Amino acid sequence: MSDDPPGRPERTISLAHGAGGKAMHDLVEAVFLRRFDNPHLRPLDDQAKLGLADLTARGDRLAITTDSFVVDPLFFPGGDIGRLAVCGTVNDLAVGGACPLYLTCGFIIEEGLAIGTLERIATSMRAAASEAGIALVAGDTKVVERGSADKLFINTTGIGVIPAGIAVAAGNAQPGDRVVVSGPLGDHGIAILAARGKLAFETELVSDCRPLGELVARMLEACSAIRAMRDITRGGLGTVLSEIAHASGCAIEIDEAALPLRPEVRSAAELLGLDVLYLASEGTLAAIVPGEAAERILSAMQRHPHGRDAAIIGKVAAAGRIGVTMRTAFGGRRSVDPLIGEQLPRIC
Amino acid sequence: MKFVDEFRDPRKARALFGAIERIVPEIDRQEDRPLQIMEVCGGHTHTIYRYGLEQLLPPGIELVHGPGCPVCVLPMGRVDDCVALARRPEVILATFGDAMRVPGSRGSLLQAKAEGADVRVVYSPLDALALARSHPDREVVFFGLGFETTMPSTALTILQAEAEGIHNFSVFCNHITIVPTLRALLETPDLALDGFIGPGHVSMVIGAEIYGFIAEEYDKPFVVSGFEPLDILQSLLLVLRQLRDGRAAVENQYSRVAGTAGNAAALRAIERVYERRAHFEWRGLGSIEQSGVQIRETYARFDAERRFPVPALRVVDPDVCRCGDVLKGLIRPQECAVFGKACTPESPLGALMVSSEGACAARYQYGRPVEPASA
Repeated sequence: MSDDPPGRPERTISLAHGAGGKAMHDLVEAVFLRRFDNPHLRPLDDQAKLGLADLTARGDRLAITTDSFVVDPLFFPGGDIGRLAVCGTVNDLAVGGACPLYLTCGFIIEEGLAIGTLERIATSMRAAASEAGIALVAGDTKVVERGSADKLFINTTGIGVIPAGIAVAAGNAQPGDRVVVSGPLGDHGIAILAARGKLAFETELVSDCRPLGELVARMLEACSAIRAMRDITRGGLGTVLSEIAHASGCAIEIDEAALPLRPEVRSAAELLGLDVLYLASEGTLAAIVPGEAAERILSAMQRHPHGRDAAIIGKVAAAGRIGVTMRTAFGGRRSVDPLIGEQLPRIC
Repeated sequence: MKFVDEFRDPRKARALFGAIERIVPEIDRQEDRPLQIMEVCGGHTHTIYRYGLEQLLPPGIELVHGPGCPVCVLPMGRVDDCVALARRPEVILATFGDAMRVPGSRGSLLQAKAEGADVRVVYSPLDALALARSHPDREVVFFGLGFETTMPSTALTILQAEAEGIHNFSVFCNHITIVPTLRALLETPDLALDGFIGPGHVSMVIGAEIYGFIAEEYDKPFVVSGFEPLDILQSLLLVLRQLRDGRAAVENQYSRVAGTAGNAAALRAIERVYERRAHFEWRGLGSIEQSGVQIRETYARFDAERRFPVPALRVVDPDVCRCGDVLKGLIRPQECAVFGKACTPESPLGALMVSSEGACAARYQYGRPVEPASA
């Protein structure tokens, strides 16, 4: 995928590429502009200029979010840092009920990174952006000395518009609501562990890294009164639901037997002593939806490729301790707290 | 998952719960005192909480969480020594993940790592040996932890290092041995245990017959158990049957993994590489004779304690901590004054709050009582 002619040494990023001069201009031109060309980006001014009329036609509130991506390794089964940087920010907009429109992107590059690697990542970002229907309108590139960063860090900021009448927020859960997840849990977390070579076994599992804007749009068409949504990333389902329970001051009860899980994720978690409730996903969301609309929303989700394995996994209880509990497959009950620190494997 | 789901079948569990419920009234016991059965191993404690088994047991039975969590019983002084080793610039300290957060008197390995120490999480001592191979200019020290379960793999790794002539690998040996510990526990005055659910993986190495003294000298039922929920329920039922029949014997519920005499190859490796220490300090339990092992003189060059200066300071546990009483089954985790208040998994005071297998952490994570209606 590199543009290097065969037989030549690999071209790498040097400090000159971040110095603001011709080398930087050429890099931006060759790597980014070529891939992301659009009327907002093309003038290469210090800012993108976005028409307000276009925004107000779509809704009555702006949604803005920012996220930084430092994943190691840069490439993993099912994605790479670029795809993650687009999808992660798109999903943060989408789960607020916003239609994702614009993206800005900052690259912090460690000197010595192969330009071919950067190009592969930019190509992947273009593909993810077009999948998500979002335009990259502004960007920045910095190069730091070797050792000052780990290969490549990316920050993305996303802007979206929330249609009038949509009010999705973590604090809105109410007794009688149902808890829905859009797909199997933990694919990303286990795929990354495997890509790091930390598993002593092989797996064909791929990350679920994907943009959720369209899925959310289908959900909101099915019911505009969806109460709360979160994409399940670091901290996993357990943390996301705990946050919603505390923001809403309610008790959420989930059912272990209803959790969608791939057998390979279950097995890997079992072997490593990891709790699937705290494994990361990157293209899966949890939603709190009104009880009477739950089945309707579920079937809308299941009709979309990113929600095929969606399931209703629990409910907001009428009473109980604020927080999350899970009914185990045995009929016992355990409390589900937010993840503390990193999940560390048990030894025996 | 084949060979796992069979041991988690809710229908079979209901049958076992039923049998347990029926047998309790048949056991001769004092009215005001529940039957106290100790599960020795931290892996059992974890399963009990993860599946919510405790709440499904009939009244009259109480599970007491034993000392079988090697991370939990590690004294602060040993953690401090390990942190001191990790801070040496030439050292890469390789450790199992759950030792990362164990608090010493001056911080944990996790904190040392954040401050620049080179600490790596491994899943096997062989991963640590691989690090030594790939970093010939560094000293790789493996934090050897655990009962007889993990002892053979550390021993075999040392033998492998010797065979390959690897000179930059050593072990900070904190391996401990179960039998003297159980004996010390049984000698505790006021101990009110009625029987034991015995460790499974340890017994895979040392065999089941070695526990004979518990039945013969102390008259307590002892059932070696697997780690799945059905294993534990079945083992509990076997203990209760012995109590009903007025018997005390060693039984093996985990015969699919653990044999009567143990694993000869593993025992040979243990014998070859380690010798007993006169004493080893346990967090919460104090010093127990013959309860720890060290690396034999023959393999001294693989012994981090001989290879590097280690401060070897004794650190007293905080006064408020009642880890020892919990380990002995004298109080339940939630009866400790600092449980869930000054001592939480986020900032543990006592070691039982650290590992997910520790009685307090498991209780905190899975078992806090549901408070009355608030919504």
